[in-house]
Amino acid sequence: MSNRIDVKKTYKLFINGAFPRSESGRTYEIKNAKGVFIANPCLASRKDLKDAVVAARAAQSGWNKASAYNKGQILYRIAEMLEGRRAQFVNEIILVTGVTKVKAEKEVTDSVDRLVWYAGWSDKLSSLSGALNPVAGPYYNFTVPESMGVIAAIAPETQSLLGLIDAIAPIIVGGNTIVVLASTKAPLSAMSFAEVIATSDVPAGVINILTGKKDEIAPWMASHMDIDGFDISALAATSHGAIRIAGAENLKRIYSFKSADPGRILAFLENKTVWHPIGL
Amino acid sequence: MESPVSFDYAPAPESRAIVSIKPKYGHFIGGKFVAGSKHFPTINPATEEVLSQIALAGKAEVDAAVKAARKAYTTTWSKMSGRERGKYLFRIARIMQERAREFAVLETLDNGKPIRESRDVDIPLAAAHFFYHAGWADKLEFAGLGTSTKPHGVAGQIIPWNFPLLMLSWKIAPALAAGNTVVLKPAESTSLTALLFAEVCQQAELPAGVVNIVTGDGSTGALIVNHPGIDKIAFTGSTEVGKIIARAVAPTPKSVTLELGGKAANIIFEDAAIDEAIEGIVNGIFFNQGHVCCAGSRLILQENIAEEVLEKLKKRMAQIRLGDPMDKNTDLGAINSKEQLLKIRELSASGDAEGAQRWSAPCDLPTKGFWFAPTIFTGVTQSHRIAREEIFGPVLSVLTFRTPQEGIDKANNTPFGLSAGVWSEKGSRILWASQQLRAGVVWANTFNKFDPASPFGGYKESGWGREGGRHGLSAYLKGVSHE
Amino acid sequence: MSFYGLVDGSDASLKNYLGSLSGVDHVGADARAAMLATRSIKTTSKRWAIDIAISMVDLTTLEGADTPGKVQALCTKAVRPDPTDSSVPSVGAVCVYNDMVAVARKHLDLIGGAHVGVAAVSTAFPSGRASMPVKLQDTRDALDAGASEIDMVIDRGAFLSGDYIGVFNEIVQIRELCGTRAHLKVIFETGELVTYDNVRKASFLAMAAGADFIKTSTGKVAPAATAPVILVMLEAVRDFYQMTQARIGVKPAGGIRNTKDAIKQLVLVNEVAGPEWLTPSLFRIGASALLNDLLMQRMKLDDGYYASPAYVTID
Repeated sequence: MSNRIDVKKTYKLFINGAFPRSESGRTYEIKNAKGVFIANPCLASRKDLKDAVVAARAAQSGWNKASAYNKGQILYRIAEMLEGRRAQFVNEIILVTGVTKVKAEKEVTDSVDRLVWYAGWSDKLSSLSGALNPVAGPYYNFTVPESMGVIAAIAPETQSLLGLIDAIAPIIVGGNTIVVLASTKAPLSAMSFAEVIATSDVPAGVINILTGKKDEIAPWMASHMDIDGFDISALAATSHGAIRIAGAENLKRIYSFKSADPGRILAFLENKTVWHPIGL
Repeated sequence: MESPVSFDYAPAPESRAIVSIKPKYGHFIGGKFVAGSKHFPTINPATEEVLSQIALAGKAEVDAAVKAARKAYTTTWSKMSGRERGKYLFRIARIMQERAREFAVLETLDNGKPIRESRDVDIPLAAAHFFYHAGWADKLEFAGLGTSTKPHGVAGQIIPWNFPLLMLSWKIAPALAAGNTVVLKPAESTSLTALLFAEVCQQAELPAGVVNIVTGDGSTGALIVNHPGIDKIAFTGSTEVGKIIARAVAPTPKSVTLELGGKAANIIFEDAAIDEAIEGIVNGIFFNQGHVCCAGSRLILQENIAEEVLEKLKKRMAQIRLGDPMDKNTDLGAINSKEQLLKIRELSASGDAEGAQRWSAPCDLPTKGFWFAPTIFTGVTQSHRIAREEIFGPVLSVLTFRTPQEGIDKANNTPFGLSAGVWSEKGSRILWASQQLRAGVVWANTFNKFDPASPFGGYKESGWGREGGRHGLSAYLKGVSHE
Repeated sequence: MSFYGLVDGSDASLKNYLGSLSGVDHVGADARAAMLATRSIKTTSKRWAIDIAISMVDLTTLEGADTPGKVQALCTKAVRPDPTDSSVPSVGAVCVYNDMVAVARKHLDLIGGAHVGVAAVSTAFPSGRASMPVKLQDTRDALDAGASEIDMVIDRGAFLSGDYIGVFNEIVQIRELCGTRAHLKVIFETGELVTYDNVRKASFLAMAAGADFIKTSTGKVAPAATAPVILVMLEAVRDFYQMTQARIGVKPAGGIRNTKDAIKQLVLVNEVAGPEWLTPSLFRIGASALLNDLLMQRMKLDDGYYASPAYVTID
């Protein structure tokens, strides 16, 4: 064994493509299952959320304009980068949660595969949810799904990497940008995943990741007037009512999901119907 | 015969003999008309004549209606095949067509809208909605909404006064097609066609309790929204009330769809077909007295054609025939209520106060009833109240833009997102603008067109969900993958 | 000629002028015309409309089988449409082929119909497929025979091939020939121009070239005077008036057979061009069978019961 001292990573937030510390200067301590200290991730504040929303809003129209092919390739690129760093993610999952190597490897494998699955949806959404409507008149009438805007999400505590991907990928694949709060207890893979994103051609601001406390951040996400939708799957059902009440102020679209399916993507898309006359 | 005297059209009133209005109405619960306890008058807004006394449903009546709907759901409607459900809807559509003139006259008397519109738009479209949704009833598994969908159960539906029967059909037709039973409350000032529709349900031999209609005011609506026996709420009305409903149902398992307010932009590019654009502007804001959630209430003109368009628009507005809604030549009818008239006046006064220039078409307003002349405000800026708040009347705010992007940015600069219009003869520009506009319905080179096959509904604070088409159907089914 | 200062007679200036016109949305124009067709004209308004419609009729016979006898009978009908009711106004004009102009003029004058005009279809009507000298001679013949109105056809082939200046120059030459002797109506044959954009373009072209009237059709091609086509032409004369202060007339022709259709056209005139156009000097209806239907409707309004064709003359 060498006597070399590890160079440990400082875990920071991921906002607008950069890795800032919380503006509040706050951190919290995480320990592994045996109670051993692991890291001091940032305890994000509502102002960090505000900054992340500004970044997500600024990035949205550009991301929305990217072709579906391009978006699909970028999601696939994230999968490629994740695949290349499997060992790091497996180690981090084991370190924090104490699960077996087999389990940790399965989660990383599932995460890569899930990203690939979502990547392929980018150019099929209008086939899934669009329509050419046979109206009674000389009009061409079609409905297409469009991005909703800036969406907030809470990642689950368990399977913190796979859960994070299930929160992020369906929201961004259709052209939305996201502010997501990572697992509180196991935020390491989320922040490492931010490094994957940073090297995957994802434009700055499209994905913003905070670490911190759900009880503190979720109500601010719910009431933020520049957030259009909110994925609350990972929040306790008992809190949904209060979150929905707060979200009613701007009629935020608030959904909770049970599984990874295309409905997760469609929930945060708006359907636009266009009429145009048909004539000489 | 040189120079004519004039071609003033002689009055051409539609006969009201076809309708018989009872002096007093009850509720339609469990397939029967039941007497109400308290009543309030419903008037003809064009004359202030009291047409009838409408029952005000309280807790007991709403409970009875929900109970009837639940019973019908569990014992009959949920057990019936889609094919049989569909046949009832087809029957209803046909009876509405047969009694179309009667519905049109009654709608115009109660609402104040011109008979030309109730006859040519409201009633035919209402029947079409039943016909369209009838066909879905036995094809739900092919709607692309998943194979394990189910009806919610009992739907509580609250509709506005601007298109009374049409909004009823937008609500009831998809709900029944998807297998729900309903408790519907028409708007306080426009209950009569809903009560006539109850007769249609009887003629169609619709099983008792599948459709229940309770009349009343906002307090009745609140009883429906908060009723624990209701599984799904569908509301069309103001954004303000929509938010109240959203909060009220937030802690409950009820599913909700909301079709709310708007402040639609109607963008005219320099290369538009001007005469048709003028018609689109007029139809956009003066159709149904501007009592339209998707009304094109903000005219956004390219600055280099603004003068020409406004000159033509004013000439065209001067030809709008305001007056007796029962006259077949009337274009602009009565404002639906005194309350609404006051709101229109108040917001218009704010336009004056904030420095916009008001111009109203010269027309004589009848002395009785509620009337507002077709009006435009020029010199409006984004920060004026009349550019931001929904007036819900025949008042158009005119803004200008210099570049296409500026036009789009102004159009999108609102918390609403229901509809938008864009006029250009250039295909690529139309498609670009249609893509950029943040609205659920974009009318390109047309305005205020509706069809049961075409989804309708808004972005942002204009509501949740769509009505019409495959997308609208999903609002009445559970087990659609996102809930 | 000054062409109202809109063009200088060159190809470039004409192209520039026509290029400045806004397009017409087909569906929107149809919808507007259909909406105006729902106007309900009753009682006193209907009575007024029928009389003015009668005075706007260009009573027409354009058959290979036309004879002096047929034309004379037509003239008699034109002057006194209802021999039993002297309150019925005369029609605006009779419309005949140019070899019948002299017959018509002479007979009208003979029976006290000096106030009724004679319109001659001209310039190789109906196809317009002849050389310019032939078209000029055709027109000259009609003028010499006493025509007070010349209904010329444009060269649709030239128009559709983009030779707008050719069409323009033909109108200019016929205009010069008519001088002060006759009003010039320019027939587009809108059924062959097909699109409303073309109708609008042809309208502005003809008006700048000096047309007194623009006319839809020859009556030999369907569709002829459809409501949206008349709408587009009425919008054109309205806009042209804004530009020049000159009021140009409009004449639908072909397919207008009953009072309902005629009244719909008056509604279009009233609400599109404006009430100033509700005069025979600015609006004419080219028709033949229409007149009897107007007369029967007039009888119904006066007598209170439905009329029979037995009570109107078949000329």
